Amino acid sequence: MNEHLAIETRGLTKVYGSGNTEVVAMRDATVAVRRGEVIALLGPSGAGKSTFLTAVGLINPPTSGQVLISGVLVLDGPIALVHLRSFRRKHIGYVFQKSNLIPFLSARENVQIALQLDGASPRRARRRTLELLEELGVADRAENGTSMLSGGEQQRVAIARALANDPSVILADEPTAALDSHRGRQVMELFRRVAHEHGAGVIVVTHDQRTLEVFDTIYEMEDGAITNGIHSQEAVR
Amino acid sequence: MNLAAKDIQHNLGRFALTVFGIGMLLMIVMGMGGIYRGLVEDATLLVERIGADLWVVQRDTRGPFAEVSRVPKTLVYRVLAVPGVESAREFVFHTIQREQNGKPLRMSVLGLSWPLDKGEWLPLVAGRPLAQNHYEMIADKTLGLRPHEQIKLGKETYTVVGITGGMASTAGDGMIFVTVWDSQAIQFDTPNEAIRLERAAREHRSEATDLFLSQPVLTEQLSRPVAELPAVASPELSAVVVRVAPGADMDAVAAAISTWSDVSVFTKAGQEDLLLKGMVDKSRRQLGMFRALLTIIAAVIMALILYTLTLDKLHSIALLKLIGAPNRVILGLILQQAIVLGGVGYGIAFLVGQKLFPYFPRRVVLTSEDLLRLAAIVLGISVLSSLLGIWRAMRVEPNEALMG
Ligand SMILES: Nc1ncnc2c1ncn2[C@@H]1O[C@H](COP(=O)(O)OP(=O)(O)O)[C@@H](O)[C@H]1O
Ligand SMILES: [Mg+2]
Repeated sequence: MNEHLAIETRGLTKVYGSGNTEVVAMRDATVAVRRGEVIALLGPSGAGKSTFLTAVGLINPPTSGQVLISGVLVLDGPIALVHLRSFRRKHIGYVFQKSNLIPFLSARENVQIALQLDGASPRRARRRTLELLEELGVADRAENGTSMLSGGEQQRVAIARALANDPSVILADEPTAALDSHRGRQVMELFRRVAHEHGAGVIVVTHDQRTLEVFDTIYEMEDGAITNGIHSQEAVR
Repeated sequence: MNLAAKDIQHNLGRFALTVFGIGMLLMIVMGMGGIYRGLVEDATLLVERIGADLWVVQRDTRGPFAEVSRVPKTLVYRVLAVPGVESAREFVFHTIQREQNGKPLRMSVLGLSWPLDKGEWLPLVAGRPLAQNHYEMIADKTLGLRPHEQIKLGKETYTVVGITGGMASTAGDGMIFVTVWDSQAIQFDTPNEAIRLERAAREHRSEATDLFLSQPVLTEQLSRPVAELPAVASPELSAVVVRVAPGADMDAVAAAISTWSDVSVFTKAGQEDLLLKGMVDKSRRQLGMFRALLTIIAAVIMALILYTLTLDKLHSIALLKLIGAPNRVILGLILQQAIVLGGVGYGIAFLVGQKLFPYFPRRVVLTSEDLLRLAAIVLGISVLSSLLGIWRAMRVEPNEALMG
């Protein structure tokens, strides 16, 4: 059954600081995301959503609990069972609220670097990059510097990069916060499409109530705890 | 895709300015080395050009360059009599400072032993060697004298007939070449009044001397020029330069002359050693200290620049780590920029230096050995100074990318 799960977390807990300043940012977060499934994570600011996402993304290990990616136990508490950096490169794509791109590279290079870091030849990486940018509708901006791109274009380039190495997991933290509702919706639908087409498990942290029907499952987070997922049709109803 | 190059392109203006600054700094380091080389070359130039095998100087002096040496004119003939000596020549050398066109003019005067030596061995860039034994001179071009220009030295007027290139004394003063007689006339020039006073004093002394009282005819002789008085020594030389016959044993010749109790003998290498160890050594150490300090300063400044460049990129570095870039990629980014900074800076130093150094008042000599050594040092400090930036970059956590 694990083969079908893109992401599985078991009892993730994160404690920041110690003693008086101790903050429990996340407690006992247990979530399962199938391949091709897109889930939304809702919740007020400070609920622990980013903490959860960065734990799953292997950039901020939990204090305790386990993270499995594609059925492989990757994090057991703070202990890494694989080489995290190369594992991230191969299996995880990230999109954040802003500042996703390297400013001294063009749109194309921002995507291409991810492919080349994973060993693709410059020629193949370039071809694949142009396909991705085409797919995301920003091919005409390929040679522009990142500062020349609008917020929406930047997010789409970041999504192209997240998709570049065909990851089994895509994590997005408020990717539409900087976009208007029309653009925001487009981006959300894009996630849905790539999840279904590329067979990736996608977790999107969002505040945007209007786009919820795009998601397969919706989780809510409050005070570090995640409620059981609800199917999105019920939530909308 | 070369990240270092992309980042440089993105901040080209700022990077160019930084590289230019480093280049200027390295140019000074390079110039310091060149000034030292110039000092050494100037110091040994004359000895090198004169090409004598042995230098015979006043006993226990380190002359004729490092200190004053006086030997009698007849020493030349004594030396010539030593077996194995091919030629022996008079050598007269002293430095004078005069005014020409309202500006101070420092000249080192070297006497050529006419007619053996007319200055054919000098590197002439214009004009000709000496053609008569009086009132002609050859001057180095650094003195700013032109052919046919006339200059009054002592009681005579000399005409510039030839111009040399690159003939400077150990102190860096331009040289002039006249015959030994002229050079002595210049060196021992006495004002007319002094001559009259000396003549009067001579006559006064004679009135108290038995010899003159018994032979009054001698008194007449006292008013003749000093050089014609048999009882007064003729002007002295600075040294006698010796060429040893081919096949003769130089050490044996030197040893033979050394036994005379009025002179000391130096070989060419010994003479050069005297100049370098004695005269140039302090300057060399001074320049060396300065150069070491400048190199350290350049390294510190480069480290600071590279650290700042790294700080500016921390977010990108975190992002690179986030998307799985190995440390080698990040290390390469910083190290390559460090090497470009050092390398291009060095190139600028070299190019600008080559254009600028010829205008320095003293010679700046860039030898390929020195250039190579500096290149290695620059490479070294480039790598070393990037360590601080690399250390900072390695400490960046990938989740810092989210704090943008
Ligand atoms: N690095 C940190 N050190 C200490 N406390 C932190 C840190 N990061 C987050 N927190 C705290 O953990 C809680 C959850 O934060 P976060 O996961 O960012 O919430 P959200 O993304 O839902 O707004 C907050 O109370 C926040 O102050
Ligand atoms: Mg957050």
